[in-house]
Amino acid sequence: MLTSDQAGEIFDRIKKLSTADEAEVLFSGGRFALTRFANNTIHQNVAEENHVVSVRTVFGGRTARASTNQFDSDSLREVVRAAENLAKVQHPDPDLLPMPDAAEAAGSADRSVRSTPAIPSRYFEETAGITPEQRAEGVKKIVSVAGRYKLTTAGVFSSAESCEGIFNSRGLSDWHTQTLAEISITMLVEDSSGWQKANSPDVANLDPLLLAETAAKKAVDSARPREIPAGKYTVILEPAAVLDIVGFMFWDYSGMAILDQRSFLTGRMGTKLFGDNISIWDDVGHLLQTGAPFDGEGVRRERIGLVENGTVKRVVFARATAERVKRSEYREKAGPIAATGHGFPLPNEMGEMPLNIVFARPRDPQSIEQMIASTERGVLVTRLWYIREVDPYEKMLTGMTRDGTFLVEGGRVQGGVRNFRFNESLIHMLSNVDAMGVPARACGEESFDMVVPAMKVREFNFTEVTKF
Amino acid sequence: MRQVAKWALDMAARRGASYAGARIVAQRSRALATKNGKVGSASDAESVGMSVRVIADGAWGFAASAELDRGSVEATAAHAVEIARASARVKQHDVRLAPEKAVVAEWATPYRIDPFSVSVDENIALLLKIDAELRSVAGITLAETNLNFNREEQWFLSSEGADIHQTKLSTGAGYAAYAFAGNEIQKRSYPNSYGGQWQNKGYELIDELKLVENARRIAEEAVALHGADQCPEGKFDLILDSSQLGLQIHESIGHPIELDRVLGMEANFAGTSFLTLDKLRTLRYGSDLVNVVADARQEHGPGLGTFGFDDEGVPAQCTPIITSGLFTGYLSSRETAHTIGENRSGGTLRAEGWNRLPMIRMTNISLLPAEKPLSLEQLIAATDHGILMQTNRSWSIDDKRYNFQFGCEIGWEIKNGKRARMVKNPSYSGITTEFWNSLDAICSRDEWTLWGTPNCGKGQPQQVMGTGHGAAPARFRGIKVGSAYKSG
Repeated sequence: MLTSDQAGEIFDRIKKLSTADEAEVLFSGGRFALTRFANNTIHQNVAEENHVVSVRTVFGGRTARASTNQFDSDSLREVVRAAENLAKVQHPDPDLLPMPDAAEAAGSADRSVRSTPAIPSRYFEETAGITPEQRAEGVKKIVSVAGRYKLTTAGVFSSAESCEGIFNSRGLSDWHTQTLAEISITMLVEDSSGWQKANSPDVANLDPLLLAETAAKKAVDSARPREIPAGKYTVILEPAAVLDIVGFMFWDYSGMAILDQRSFLTGRMGTKLFGDNISIWDDVGHLLQTGAPFDGEGVRRERIGLVENGTVKRVVFARATAERVKRSEYREKAGPIAATGHGFPLPNEMGEMPLNIVFARPRDPQSIEQMIASTERGVLVTRLWYIREVDPYEKMLTGMTRDGTFLVEGGRVQGGVRNFRFNESLIHMLSNVDAMGVPARACGEESFDMVVPAMKVREFNFTEVTKF
Repeated sequence: MRQVAKWALDMAARRGASYAGARIVAQRSRALATKNGKVGSASDAESVGMSVRVIADGAWGFAASAELDRGSVEATAAHAVEIARASARVKQHDVRLAPEKAVVAEWATPYRIDPFSVSVDENIALLLKIDAELRSVAGITLAETNLNFNREEQWFLSSEGADIHQTKLSTGAGYAAYAFAGNEIQKRSYPNSYGGQWQNKGYELIDELKLVENARRIAEEAVALHGADQCPEGKFDLILDSSQLGLQIHESIGHPIELDRVLGMEANFAGTSFLTLDKLRTLRYGSDLVNVVADARQEHGPGLGTFGFDDEGVPAQCTPIITSGLFTGYLSSRETAHTIGENRSGGTLRAEGWNRLPMIRMTNISLLPAEKPLSLEQLIAATDHGILMQTNRSWSIDDKRYNFQFGCEIGWEIKNGKRARMVKNPSYSGITTEFWNSLDAICSRDEWTLWGTPNCGKGQPQQVMGTGHGAAPARFRGIKVGSAYKSG
C-alpha cells in the first residue's frame, strides 16, 4: 500500500510540474478483497489494488480537479496539465478561499470554537493480512451453521487496508490509514429469511459463528409468515434498521444545504423537532467510529453536537460555506458558524456533511428483549430496504422491511409476518421514540455506518403489505 | 495492451487455471456541473488497469491491479488462481460455462462529435445559459445543471482465443429547478430526473435534447406546483410518460429477470426475484399488449446497454423477455445459461471497470411501442378520468420485486379527455404482475424514447452500471394512487 513518504515524494514532483497559484493533491486507495457466497458456495471471490492521485489547481480564483490511477512521470504530467487546463477556463469563484495552511487546518487559528478529537489507531495488521484461505474458512463456518439448520446462506466476508492523504502548496499534509473487515450473512428458507451484518477495523471483533446463528434463528423463527394488515404500529427497530432510515437526514445537516434551501432544517434551526430523548453527535474520535480525522481540504474534523434533547443545534460547515453563511440571512439562525472539518473535496456542489454519526446513550437504555416484553402489539424489524425520499421538507421516506419481520403480541414474539411498505416522516418518527438501547456500531445497505441504538417507536406508518 | 493480457493468460495457465479471461480497460470521464449561476464542479478523471478472471479447481477467482508491468500482471494472475483455489474449499459443484465461439473483433460506439473535443468553455457557457433561464423565473430557489462524458476502451482476451477490442462512448446531460416556499420543496427536472438523459452517442445528443428551449417551462412548472392541488387518493386510470415508464420497466421487469438474482446469487444484497424458474413460458406477466425485449444490439438504438460484445466475449443479442404478455426470457451468462435449458449465454455479463467482476446486468430492456399510431395527446383524449404522471421523483420496490411505489414530480388530472388540473406530489403503487396486466394502451414509435439509467447499483462490492430502457407513454387501468401521503 502507498505510504505517506511515497505520497509526499509524488506531491513534490507534482508541485514542480504545476504552474498554478496553488496546488492540492489528494491520495486514496489500498488493497481490498471480498469473498462472496450464495447457495452455500463461494461463487465470487475478488481482490484488487488501486491508488488514485487527484490534483486540484487554482489560478486567480479559478479551480478544477483531475485524477488518475497511474503514477508514472507521463501520467503525472498529464494529470497536472488536465487540472490546469480545466481550471484556467473556469469563471473566478468569489467564494473560493486560499488553501488552508497546517495551522488553520488543525484549528489552532481559532481554538475557542474548535474541538478536534484525537482518533484511536484504526489499522490492524491482522485485518490487513487476511488471506483468501482465511476468508474461505470463515465462510465454511457460516455454511456449516446453515447446514445445521437446513438453510441456504448467502453473504460476504471482506477485508481491506486503505489510505487517504492530502498535501497542499501551503505546507499542509495529513495522512490516514485504516483496515476494515466485514461479514454480512443472509439465511434463507423457502418463505422467510434472516440477516446479520457487522464490520470493524479489527477482525478480532467479528464473530462469524454468532452472526450466522442469529441470522439462522431469524430465518427459522419468521418461517410461514402470516399477513397482518397495514396501519400504524409500535415498531421495535434493531440498530441496522434505525441506521438505514435515519441516514437519509444527515445530508441536510449542512450549511450549504440550508443556503440552497434544500434542507429540511431550513427555517427550523434551533427549534425542537424531535423528542427530548434524541441527542446526536458527529464524532470522528468515537471508539466505534471509522474514517479519517480530516476533511476534503485537510481541515481536522470537529466534534459537533447536532441535536441536543430534540433541538437541532448545529450543522456542519466547509470553510467557504461558513464564510457564505456568515454573510447570509441565516447568520443568526445557523448556530456557531465556523469551518468544522466536514467539507467534501473541492470543487463540489454539496458543500459538506457529517459522516461520523453517534447517537447519545439514553438515560435508561433497554435491551431489545425488554422492548419486546413491554409491547402489547407491535412489529419487530431486523432491517429496512430500498428507502427513498418522498417529501424532502417533511422528511417523509418510503421503503420496505426485509429479512426478519416479526409480530409482537402480549410481550412476546409471535412469529414472522409478511413484509411491509412504510411511508414515515423522520420528524414524526424521532418524536415518537418510547425506548432506546445502548448505541452500537451498525452497518446496513441504505446508509453509511453509524453508532445508533435500537429504538421502540410508536405509530410507525406501514401503508402496504407485500406478497412474502 | 494485448501483450499485457497475454502475460496474465499465460501465468493463469501455468498455475493451472482451466479458464482465464483478461480485461484491460482505460476509462476517461469529464463531469461539469453548475449551481445557481456558478460552476459547481469541474473534473476530469482517468483510470487504467487490468483484471483476470479464472476458473481453477472448478471455482472462480478474480484479481485486479492498476500496475501494468509484466511482474505485476503475472503476480495478479497468480493471485487470481490462488483465490480460485480458496473458493474451491466451499463449493457444491464445479463451475460450468456454456460454449461460446471465440472471436477476434473490433467494435466502437458510432458517434458524430467526440464530446471530449468540445471545449470546456463552450460546455460551461451552455450550462450557465440554462441556469440563467431557470433562475429567471421568480420562485426558483435552486438551479442545478450537469454534463457528463465517458469513454471506455477495453481489450478482452481469453484462454479460449477471444481477442476483442471495444470502445464505448456515452454522453449525459440534464438539469433541475427547485422551488422552496412555506413548508414545501417542489422540483422539476429535464429531460429526466437524476442526471437527465444519457445515451451511447457523442455530443450530438446535447443538440437533440433542446435543453435551453425547455428550461423556462420546467422552472415555471416547479413554481406552479406550489399552487397546485394535492394529487387525489384512490384508484385511477394512470398514464405514465415515457421516462417514468422507463424506470418502471427497470425496476419491475429489468431486475427480476436477472438470472443471478433468480438463482439466489444476490440474496444478501440486491435480493432475489419472484420470477422463479417454473414461471418461464408459463407466467402471464402482462396484458397482450406487453412486448419487452432485452436488446444490446446497435440496431435497437444508442442505449447505455448497447455494445458489440459483453465482458466475457459473447456478442450482443436480442432476447424476447415478454411476448404478448407471456414471460419468455431471462438475462443470462455463460455460467447460468444451462439452468434455463439454454446452451448459449444471452450476452449480458458486464463490469463497471477494470477492477470489477463482470456480472449479469440489464442491457436495453425496452417495452416495444404500439404499431397502430397513437400519440400521448390522443391517449389523453381517450381517457375519461385518470392521472398523468411525469418524471420520477422517488422509487422503491421490495427485494423480490413484487411491491413498488413510485413518486413523480408532476401530475395532471384528466377529465373527459382533457388535462383538467395540475396536481402535486403524485405517487402510485402496486404489485408488479397486477400492474403490467392492467396495461391497456401504449403510444406508438414516434413517442418512444430510449432512456438511459446511468446509476444502476448491484453486486458486492457494489458496481454502478448504465442501462437502457425504451418506452412510449402507456395507460394502466385501476391503479392505486396517492397512498404515499395517506396517514395510517
